[in-house]
Amino acid sequence: MSNPTNPTQQPAAKANTAAPAPASPTPAQAQPPLPPAPEGMLNVFVDGILLHVKKGSTVMQACTLAAKEIPHFCYHDRLSIAGNCRMCLVEIEGMPKPIASCHWPAAEGMKIRTDSKLTAEARKGTMELLLINHPLDCPICDQGGECALQDQAVAYGSDRSHFHEFKRAVDDKDIGHKIKTVMTRCIHCTRCVRFATELAGVEEFGATGRGENMQIGTYVEQALQSELAGNMIDLCPVGALTSAPYAFTARPWELKRTSSVDLLDAVGTPVTVDTRAGQVMRVLPEECDEINEEWLTDAARFSYDALSTNRLTTPLIGGKPATWPQAFEAIKKALKSSTPATTAGLMGNLQSAEDAYAFKAFLTQTLGTQNLDSRPAGTLPNSAFLTTPLKSFDTAEAVLLIGCNPRLEAPLLNIRLRRAALKRRMPVYAIGTQMNLAYPHTHLGETPEALTQHATTFKAHAALQILISQSVLQRPDASAILAAAAKLGTVNILADTTGRTTTHSIGALPQGKGNGTSGILAAWQKGQLKTLFIHGEDTASAMDVKSGKGTLIYLGTHNTPLAKAADVVLPTAAWAEKSGLYMNGEGRLLGADQATLPPLNAKEDWKIYRALSAELGNPLPFNTLSQLRTLIAQANPAFAPANLGQITAAQRPEFRIPNSEFRLSTKPFTAPVEKYYLRNEYLKQSQTMHAIQAESGSANLGPQPGAPMPLPTKPAKPKGRGAAHA
Amino acid sequence: MPTIRINAQQSTGQTPHSLGLNLSWSKSAQSAITSLLARYPAERSRSALIPLLHLAQREFGGWLSVDAMQLVADTLGLPYIRVYEVASFYTMFNLQPLGKHHIQVCTNCACLIRGSDEIVKEVKATTGLTSSGQTTADGEFTFTEVECLGACVAAPMMQVTHSTGGIHYFTNLDAKKTREILKSLREKGEADKFADTPPAEVDPISHGKYAK
Repeated sequence: MSNPTNPTQQPAAKANTAAPAPASPTPAQAQPPLPPAPEGMLNVFVDGILLHVKKGSTVMQACTLAAKEIPHFCYHDRLSIAGNCRMCLVEIEGMPKPIASCHWPAAEGMKIRTDSKLTAEARKGTMELLLINHPLDCPICDQGGECALQDQAVAYGSDRSHFHEFKRAVDDKDIGHKIKTVMTRCIHCTRCVRFATELAGVEEFGATGRGENMQIGTYVEQALQSELAGNMIDLCPVGALTSAPYAFTARPWELKRTSSVDLLDAVGTPVTVDTRAGQVMRVLPEECDEINEEWLTDAARFSYDALSTNRLTTPLIGGKPATWPQAFEAIKKALKSSTPATTAGLMGNLQSAEDAYAFKAFLTQTLGTQNLDSRPAGTLPNSAFLTTPLKSFDTAEAVLLIGCNPRLEAPLLNIRLRRAALKRRMPVYAIGTQMNLAYPHTHLGETPEALTQHATTFKAHAALQILISQSVLQRPDASAILAAAAKLGTVNILADTTGRTTTHSIGALPQGKGNGTSGILAAWQKGQLKTLFIHGEDTASAMDVKSGKGTLIYLGTHNTPLAKAADVVLPTAAWAEKSGLYMNGEGRLLGADQATLPPLNAKEDWKIYRALSAELGNPLPFNTLSQLRTLIAQANPAFAPANLGQITAAQRPEFRIPNSEFRLSTKPFTAPVEKYYLRNEYLKQSQTMHAIQAESGSANLGPQPGAPMPLPTKPAKPKGRGAAHA
Repeated sequence: MPTIRINAQQSTGQTPHSLGLNLSWSKSAQSAITSLLARYPAERSRSALIPLLHLAQREFGGWLSVDAMQLVADTLGLPYIRVYEVASFYTMFNLQPLGKHHIQVCTNCACLIRGSDEIVKEVKATTGLTSSGQTTADGEFTFTEVECLGACVAAPMMQVTHSTGGIHYFTNLDAKKTREILKSLREKGEADKFADTPPAEVDPISHGKYAK
């Protein structure tokens, strides 16, 4: 069997043949050296399989590369390494004890065993330890069915415990309307503490006490002030932190999961909408490195109760319920007395590409009007897009914020800026109101004049990224600000919602010499418009349309003040109730699937326009969603199915500076967002959002970090030991 | 079958809140802070957290209220939770108000062998307290069992911290001596003659002398 002269002989086999031989190997018995790994790599054996792993990898990463599952609780890819749960213990040959693989660096020639008896026993022991104080109340725990502890206890645990003393109990903490706590279930992995400190930047969570009395909490009972706190629910591997609005409402295995898109900010986070029997039970983030990494804002996570609150479920004429034919008849009657010039349409900020295309086609083709818009009154006709992809902000050289508060306008972009500002010391300059961004930044002034005053500061950076809030475009001196900014660096405009950028890219904008939002509203108030279609919210308000004399036709989802002011109301589908294409703030095409059906008599938006156009004797040229999408892709190739998930910069409306008077005003910028959780009509429908807003400290979320106490200006000469170091 | 144990101290159902004391540092504390901060680089001022907590404990009645911890946090520009974590971790920071005399009886190995059980029993009997961490109703004594205080050579021992600032080590104890110390403390407010060593003189915070 063995041939001692065979050079390919395995060293292990050689040792076996010379079983009683002394431990010290003779030169003939020495292991042949491994061929060196490629540059920057290491030779590592995982369960006997030779791998090349990057230098600096951890043992866990090497095991993952070998497709070996390493159970773990405290380790998380996007957080710092804590190494305190001990679940990831593995055996390394030659080491006296198993080691925690999450923080142990892989080394050349290391032999890792994930299948050995020692490893299995280590895991079993750790699991037994973790379960000592865990209540095992899975049947009444909301994490049940998607619990890391439950799964790993089944896979690696023992069915009995040696522990026969007393379990401890920990008080539950009241930390607000977002997160329900059952702190006895906590296994002290500290993922939540690390998330709050490292990513959210709101240091509220900590581990107090020591030893058996250690607790995770806020110490002083208070509501969490982070706009990203909901992510701790996803991070929590056990049922200690669970979603408060979702508590005791559903089990994960009952839910139907549908991919969708969060429209509430320009990031366009991909989300999973979980429904049961047609009702949305919760919204969770999906993982996408380019967009949201794996985070979700609290506004998007907890506002789903708006979908079943205060909905429009049937057409209304003059506030009274009516049938669809009756409503169409009323619209037909109104349109008879109006000409294309006295007809106009406005579109809100949470609409899909299908809605916008059907809206535009209906107004321009069926009604022949040029008066339509989807931007707030007075907005410059600029493309409201980020010219830099979200991920590129990770590597930006410097960032200038003009009238923009990314923490409230796009919290997930703020995570990237915060990381860059803290880890790479990327300079962040801000012009606008004072704000608490959760990372250090230089505030340069409140008026646009600061742009010219500090021009030398900005010019020191070769690639300055400038973030301008969409609300700045409504200022009278917006063109001057844009022109001044364009001279300093790359101009990015941060839209308020993904719906806004979607309708914009579809071109739901004034055609030819048609009126824009301000022109339409002025004409309406003067009584010059006979018919005004308003589709969705947050472009015009109920106050804007109060004094008009014509027929106001409102298409929307909720019984808002605007719906109450309308003569005819047509109920439409909300974001989770329709399939839609969206383009987020960076110009990336995203697709949402229909998670549930519109309530009662409400219809999908494009179907309403199609039916109404047929009623008016000039049917729109699409009968199905796929026909509509083909037309959209023809009109704007960026919306072709092949582009899903891609940024199609070339197809985006061009960024241009309007040719008007260039004079920066001395008027200070206003805060772009006053109440984060109630910043648009959709969020205002949610009871949860009202409760969360009420417990939030202030508009800028959370107290400003405490100012250092004033101390005597002349430092006294340090005495004693300290003097040597001073 | 394991049963759930509820630790009486930990599960009062109450989380501490700020008492609205509106505390501020005294002048001598301010100069102590200045010299403390001078020991560390400006951006590492959180290193001064533990000395500042000691200082606050001495300034504001021998214990750390939420207000006192928040004052420390504001002084160092730290989030509050980072201070609570440290203050609640170390047993020498008291998170409850203390009596006039804080009696800390060592029950670690050396003292245990030399009969610290007896001392604990005597302290409990004299003061009427039943467990570690309690304070007598008249606010005179707080009793705590502690780990080694470094006087094993003269075990058993106890340390008494006075609300006036001094710290005494009482060593080579027996039940009788303990009873007399407590009697003297209650009646005269001091028991200096029972101490084998003079009160500690070097202040660990400002490297100066304790204020008498």
